[in-house]
Amino acid sequence: MRSRPKLIAAVALAGAVFAAQLTFAQDKSIMVASTTSTQDSGLFEYLLPLYKQKTGVIVKVVAQGTGQALDTGRRGDADVVFVHAKSAELKFLSEGQGVKRYPVMYNDFVLIGPKSDPAGIKGLKDVAKAFAAIKDKQASFISRGDRSGTHIAELQLWKDSGIDIEKDKGQWYKSIGQGMGAALNTAGAGNAYVLSDRGTWIHFQNKGDLQILVEGDKRMFNQYGVMLVNPEKHPNVKKDLGQQFIDYLISPEGQNDIANYKINGEQLFYPNANDPSA
Amino acid sequence: MTMRASASDLPITFVEAGILAGEVTILDNISLSIGSGAPTVLIGPNGSGKTTLLRAAMGLLPLTRGRISWGGRKLSPPTRRAILLQRPTMLRRRAADNVRYALGAAGVPRSEHDQRTADLLALVGLKGLERRPARRLSGGEQQRLALARALARDPAVLFLDEPTASLDPYTTMAIEDVVRTITARGVKVVMSTHDLGEAKRMGGEIVLLHRGRLVETGPAAAFFASPSTQEARKFIAGELLV
Amino acid sequence: MAMPENVSALHLVLTGDPVLFAIVQLSLIVSLSAVLFAALIGVPLGALIALTRFHGREAVIVVLNALMGLPPVVVGLAVFLSLSRSGPLGSWGLLFTPQAMVIAQTILVAPIIAALSRQTIEDLWVEYQDELAAMNVGPARRVMTLIWDARFSLVTALLAGFGRAAAEVGAIIIVGGNIEGFTRTMTTAIALETSKGDLPLAIGLGMVLIFIIVVINTLAWGARRAGEHYAG
Repeated sequence: MRSRPKLIAAVALAGAVFAAQLTFAQDKSIMVASTTSTQDSGLFEYLLPLYKQKTGVIVKVVAQGTGQALDTGRRGDADVVFVHAKSAELKFLSEGQGVKRYPVMYNDFVLIGPKSDPAGIKGLKDVAKAFAAIKDKQASFISRGDRSGTHIAELQLWKDSGIDIEKDKGQWYKSIGQGMGAALNTAGAGNAYVLSDRGTWIHFQNKGDLQILVEGDKRMFNQYGVMLVNPEKHPNVKKDLGQQFIDYLISPEGQNDIANYKINGEQLFYPNANDPSA
Repeated sequence: MTMRASASDLPITFVEAGILAGEVTILDNISLSIGSGAPTVLIGPNGSGKTTLLRAAMGLLPLTRGRISWGGRKLSPPTRRAILLQRPTMLRRRAADNVRYALGAAGVPRSEHDQRTADLLALVGLKGLERRPARRLSGGEQQRLALARALARDPAVLFLDEPTASLDPYTTMAIEDVVRTITARGVKVVMSTHDLGEAKRMGGEIVLLHRGRLVETGPAAAFFASPSTQEARKFIAGELLV
Repeated sequence: MAMPENVSALHLVLTGDPVLFAIVQLSLIVSLSAVLFAALIGVPLGALIALTRFHGREAVIVVLNALMGLPPVVVGLAVFLSLSRSGPLGSWGLLFTPQAMVIAQTILVAPIIAALSRQTIEDLWVEYQDELAAMNVGPARRVMTLIWDARFSLVTALLAGFGRAAAEVGAIIIVGGNIEGFTRTMTTAIALETSKGDLPLAIGLGMVLIFIIVVINTLAWGARRAGEHYAG
């Protein structure tokens, strides 16, 4: 029948494309599991092309919440994990899932809220007081609710304020289970408070009525750590290429590149690989 | 169009043949021999079993009882037989492509398709309608096309199930002319009809069926002039046979 | 809020912004490949079910029709668990690749094509059965005849499958990981850019996606018309 040669050609073409993609993927590349807030800050779009230029290695980033990213490492679906929740990272190490943890950089969290500031927290230096005020006034608060580094930091801050959020939450506390951008969108739409990392906030295009109300408290600093997934547990891990990427991040050159990432002239991330306590 | 080298399907012989569908008897104890020559015409009321008999003779329906043989053989592939069904379905293609399809199904080499298609369409009077989508032909034109399709198999035996029912007289005449033409070329035609006039015009041998039984059979002239059975007399006289 | 973003979105589309069009290209490759593989599975399967009689045939047809409504995220989850390194097919190393997205979409689309093919071919078989038997047409040729004569309806089924694949996001975002430059398609990019509050790119992609859907529907209409023209 007339249609058969065309059909065979189409199948052959699709098969070739498929196979080509498969072979193309064998070019030097690694998979990094990281977080949505890191991705949303734009750091990867800036840093990874630089890295590719220097080394020829393509770094593929799958961006999830911190909890998910670490689980991706646990399943062996990534070569490197790059997140910002030290306690969760140390647990990952203690399970034997990672080889070694290297501090890389920090940014900070900022407490965002509406211009109208119903809880009256603008300019407070003590973030714990601010959180207490929000709860007292039952002001709308958006929580990431997704086991991300930001979420874990937020939970820690409730604790620091002496509040058991699981018990004391009410209608005012909304846990959305989504990324930072979605949380900011929801806060803007509902005139609510939300804890955000500075990077995503600067990058965020939809600010509307929201502004930074509290910043600078030491407890709001957000430390990033990078780990190679343990090749003994997951033989498929590209350990040489993965370690090469880690070495770059903590090298003077990499740290310099990180410091040079700016949005609107503002530096987002502060390299601190040489700080052993980080 | 007329090489009948392989073993002939004729005579088609039914011996005490019966077909049952569950409890219902459709054909009952038929003993009949269909031989070469002038057309054999089946007549009888609706539901008398004409269609079933034609299909069984074509080889499309197995018998429940009795035997059927083609040229003495119990089994015969339908290579040299063709049937025009009562309400033929046009393939969703152009008219000429319907014929081409039948040629292909019959194993005719592609190189011969164009010539044969043209000849067949000319024979049935559809010249000029080759490219019309078959379903957009009129009822009469579709019937002619179905006939061309059947003839594409170059049959030695051609079964026609009420080929002129619901056709205008002009198309009826055209179809009957084709039957005469191919009969002259040596094709054996077995057809059923509701029209006693047509039976008189075309037969050959007349076979009267009633409620699945063979009532009477005989050459047309004798059958219509002096039928032997009461039922035949009543049927010819136009009475309802129940 | 609406006007400036729409204008810059249109600008992206009209100037052929490379990022936008790379995303469109990947989307088309993934969805077209999925439809092709789904058709290779679905059309013969549909034909087989349409033309054979077997125990439990009715149940199979009911299940097949139900599978048309498979939730994409569920398929995504199942494929994700299978392709993960710690899953049964982990050694293939396909998680977070375009191939994984093609696999997930093929699973989503194949039941649609199979169910619609089955319906189409069965309907045509009912029409053609007697004549094909009268012409002593063998089983293989019967299948080819039905598929060919039903080709316009089958094309419509393929277009329906493509529409489903092009519009879904749940399966491919899970198995693809929405990796920039590798597994980011129109729908996953729209989801991401919207959540980042970066609307021009999202709107631009949305425009292109809607345009593609309109084209598909126009092609489907065209196929129906062509079918009527030939079939009469």
